[in-house]
Parts: sequence; C-alpha cells; structure tokens
Amino acid sequence: MDKKFTMHIDVDSFLPATDEEKAYMVQMRPSSTFFRDGMKRLLKNKVATVSMIIILIITLSSLIIPAFWPYSYDNMLGVKPGVPVDASYSNLAPFEYGETEQAMIHDGVKVFPHIFGTDASGRDYFIRVVYGTRISLAVGFFASIIVLIIGMTVGSIAGYCGGKVDLFIMRIVDLIYSLPDMLMVILLATVLKQTLGPALEHTSLAKIGSNIISLFIVFGVLYWVSMSRLIRGQILSLREQEYVLASRAAGAKGGWIIRKHLLPNCISVVIISTALQIPSAIFTESYLSFLGLGVNAPMPSLGSLASDALNGLSSYPYRLVIPAVVISLIVLSLNLFGDGLRDAFDPKLRT
Amino acid sequence: MNSKTLFYILKRIGLALLTIWVVITVTFFVMHAVPGGPFMSEKAISETAQKALEEKYGLDKPLLEQYGTYLKDIVTRFDFGPSLKQRGRNVIDIIADGMKTSVKLGVIAAGIAGIVGIVLGAWAALRRNKLIDKIIMVLTTAFVSMPSFIMGSLLLVLFAITWMILPANGAASGGLVLPIITLSLYPMAYITRLTRSSMLDVLGQDYIRTAKAKGVSGGKIIFGHALKNSLIPVITYFGPMLAYIVTGSLVVEKIFAVPGIGRAFVKSITDRDYPMVMGTTIVLAVLIVVMNLVSDILYKVVDPRINFD
Repeated sequence: MDKKFTMHIDVDSFLPATDEEKAYMVQMRPSSTFFRDGMKRLLKNKVATVSMIIILIITLSSLIIPAFWPYSYDNMLGVKPGVPVDASYSNLAPFEYGETEQAMIHDGVKVFPHIFGTDASGRDYFIRVVYGTRISLAVGFFASIIVLIIGMTVGSIAGYCGGKVDLFIMRIVDLIYSLPDMLMVILLATVLKQTLGPALEHTSLAKIGSNIISLFIVFGVLYWVSMSRLIRGQILSLREQEYVLASRAAGAKGGWIIRKHLLPNCISVVIISTALQIPSAIFTESYLSFLGLGVNAPMPSLGSLASDALNGLSSYPYRLVIPAVVISLIVLSLNLFGDGLRDAFDPKLRT
Repeated sequence: MNSKTLFYILKRIGLALLTIWVVITVTFFVMHAVPGGPFMSEKAISETAQKALEEKYGLDKPLLEQYGTYLKDIVTRFDFGPSLKQRGRNVIDIIADGMKTSVKLGVIAAGIAGIVGIVLGAWAALRRNKLIDKIIMVLTTAFVSMPSFIMGSLLLVLFAITWMILPANGAASGGLVLPIITLSLYPMAYITRLTRSSMLDVLGQDYIRTAKAKGVSGGKIIFGHALKNSLIPVITYFGPMLAYIVTGSLVVEKIFAVPGIGRAFVKSITDRDYPMVMGTTIVLAVLIVVMNLVSDILYKVVDPRINFD
C-alpha cells in the first residue's frame, strides 16, 4: 500500500489532557494590556518619573496653597480704606514685616511671614508666584486642549476623506505652517487686546481677561496645524488596514470608522504630542506676558512677574530669579516627561 | 539639477510668495479691526501728520481701495507709511535704522551658534556615553528648556549686576556681548543635539565601516566622510534658527536696551504705533519666509535623495 494516501491519525492526540499537561498551560502571569505595559516602561524611566513627580507637586501646590494662604495675589497690604497708603509694605525683603505688622508682633500677635517679601505695590510675592504658576499651567493646559480638538478634527477629516478634500486642507495647513508664528501671535494678541476688552465687558468671560482669551484664540487659529499634520499621517496609514475594510464592508459609516477604529489607534501619538504641546504653550504665554501682551493686571503669570521684576532688577534680583526658576523647572520637567511618554507608549519611535 | 528639483524649487518659491502675500493681507485687515483703524491715534497727533496720513491712505475711501494702495506702496517702493509716534519719520526709515544693530547681533549670534554647536555636537558624538558627552547633553537640555527672556535676565543679573564684568546697556561699548550670548545659547544647544544625533547615525553607516576597513585614517573619516554628511540635517535648521533669533531679539533687545529693530517693535506695540507694528511685522516675516525658503532649497540641492512629497 502506498503510504502517501493513508492518513495516519494518532488517536492519542485526542485524549483529554492530563492534569500535568493542564498545569503546563496555566497562565504564568496575567496578560498585560498596552496601557499597563507602557506605564511599566514609564515608571522604569527614572528621569520621566522624577519629572512627573515635580509636575504633580508644582500643580497641586499651585491649586491648594491659595486656598489657605492668608494673603491674596491682588491684596495690596499697605492700602486700607480711609487710611493713607502705608509705604512700609512696598518692596519688603523676604521675611520682613510692614510697620503695623511689626507693632502687632510687638504686642504678641503672630503674623504670617512674607516668605518672598512683597512687590512694589505691597503685594505678598510668594502668593503671586504661586498664583502665576497656576495661571501659566492653566493656560498651557487649555491651549493644548484647544489645539488637540481642532487639530484632531481637521487632521482626521483630511486623512480619512483623502483626495480633493485632503489636498485642499493640506494646502491651507502648509500655508499656516509657513507663516512666521510668533510674529502672527504678537500681531493677533496686540489687536485682540484692543478689540476683545470692550466686547467682553459685563459678560462672564470678562473675569478670565481678554488677554488670556485672545491667547486661546491665537492658539486655536495658528497652532493646530502640526497636530493635524501628525494625525493625518497616522490616519492615512491606518485606513489602509484590513479591519477598516472589514468594518466598511459591514456597512459602517465614515464618522463611525474615524471614531471607533482610526482615532483610538493613533491615541498614543496624540497624547504624546499634546503633552509636548503644553510646555510650548507655557513658553508662548510667558513670552507674550513678557512683552506686555499676556494676562491682564493685577493677575500674575510667571512671564509677567519676570517682566515686572526687570524694573527693580539691581535691587531685587530674586524677584526675577524665582519665577525664572519655576518656569524653567516646569518646562524642563514637562519636556522630559513628554519624552518619557513617547519612549514608553510609542513603539514605532522607540530606538 | 534635474527637472524634478527645479519644479520643487519653483513650487517652493510660489508658496513663499503666497505666504508673504497672506502676511501682508492678514496684517492689514487684522490691524483695521482695531477700533478706529490703525491710523487713528487716540491722542491728537499734529494736524499735518494726520492730514498726510489721510491723504496717503485715503482713509475716507473704501477699505479694499486702501488695501490696494498699501499693497502697491509696499511692493513698488517698500513704503509702509509714516510712524504715528515718531513724528516726521517713515516706518521704513526706523526699520532700516534698527536693522543695522539687529543684523549685526543676529548674524554674530547665528555664526557662534553654528560653529560652537557643530563642534560640540561632533565632539559629543565621537565620545558617546563618556563624561564629556553627558555634560554636553545635560547642559544643552537645560539651555533648550529656558525661555530666552529668562536666560537674558539671568545673564544680566550675573554678569552686569553681581559681577559687573560686562555692561548691561546694549548701546554701551561691548554692550552687545551679553545679548549675543543670550541669543546664541538656544540655537547652539539645538544644533549641538542635532549634529550629535545625525553624526551618530552616520557613524553607524556601512560606508564608514568600509572606509575603516580599507585603512583610511581616523581624522579623514571624521572630516571627509562623517562630518560632511551629518551636517545635512543641520542645514534645515537655518530657517527656524533665524525665526528664533528674530523673535528672540525682541525680548533680548528689550532686556539689554539694544537700539535695534526688536526694541522698536516692542515699543511700537506698547505705544500702539500701528503703522510701525504693521511694517515691522511684514519686514520680519518676509525675512523669515525667505530664510526658510533658502534653507529648504539648499537642503534639496545638497541632498537630492530627499523627497518632500
């Protein structure tokens, strides 16, 4: 008999598994998800972990400290209604007290110290730095969210639709991309400062201040382009995948495919570039504040604090150094944390 | 140069021209959104100046016609009109005046950044993971994370106030030293990192190994093969570097009181000297766009393998 045509079936293969064999198949450890994997890699990265802790400490303290601090950022300590301005409160060195405060200490009353002294208007400088940090962080965060939303919408439409729509959108993106961004930012901020202020009066937005809103508008108009380029590139490569074809064959509509298949698959790239966008937004805000186009007085931001400190630089250099150190620390740790995120979560970029 | 490269260059020039036109248009219309328009001063300016403005820009004419005149004056005569705050002076004269100092500042800063950056980057790459590489990387990371106004202010505090080695005023003799250092540190750090990573990439290539195998000396490999090829990505940075130096000079000139275009620009913003803001924005934008164009074309010519589409 020719062996070729016989089927040799090993009957033993079909016996139920013995306990010993079953034990062999037991999962040695729970399977890991993409997220958990990335977190593990991130926590192994010492530089990124330290940066993350620094960011958390700075953020939390900027949120919590103003709640219990006895002074507020716009309270001029020397100014009391009905009394002439008490100049002894202006330009206090760290841990010095104003005249009335000294009298109170003399009487045995405990007075909370001015850790960083006071500024030229007699405002507690420590709380101004804390508050400025909060403003700078908030501006950076919300500006990045705006960039993310606009960039993601435009980028995914361009990438998914392709063809003429893509060509049209990408030409606009090219154009905005080649505009000198900082100059345009300055121009828009200058003009919006003049036009938005009166328009916003008596609305709930007036509290935030026209300058911050114009900053957000500027970001929304100019800075979404690199995000949309990135997402378009991702979507272009993702939409050729088989599972998209399968979904379309099953009758899925465009919006569904973008939301359920394409965006979740480029989410790590999106999160990473958003994280890296925050320091650059903080950078821009402080730059504009420094040029006098940032937050409205008396609200402080780290940039405006540094800018104000320039006037009394030779006598009070620490007033410049403090916000300078804080801003550099924030930007540096956000950048390092973003790099760590990229290394941990973007397998394609890992080297 | 083949026809494809030529086509790319033409396309790139087209985009640059379009960008310049968009900048002028945006600047004009955005500025006209200011209540009262850019040529209306809230303080009374001299009657003759007001009249000259009205005559020049035909402020009673429709907006589109004013735009046409503005555009035509720029293209044909580089004329941005008179300044509102500096009486009797044209915007273009103020710009040309400031440019003398600013160009000197920018060119020297760019030169230092380029030379020092390439040397440090190559050095770090050749001593990879050694102590000197680590020191260079830590320092450049710190420099890249520091906004220019903070760097400038800190240098000012240290060198001009605490140690009193260098003058704080940019107009004094030797006053440009600190502004130049401030401006060059960030691009220098960036070029160092760029050169290092591209040098490391090149050193891992096959042709370097071949050169080593056939007995080419170390110096010849580094200067003849590795460095030349690893400088290609650095060329692309020249455009962005100029953009950085231009925007950085705004704050640096403010800090050190350098009598340049940047300080004039910042002052015109606080003074609301709108024709000056418009003129300076356009001139600086054209400068940046042209430099970006040059660096893109240079990149393409130096390395024809690169495909931009």
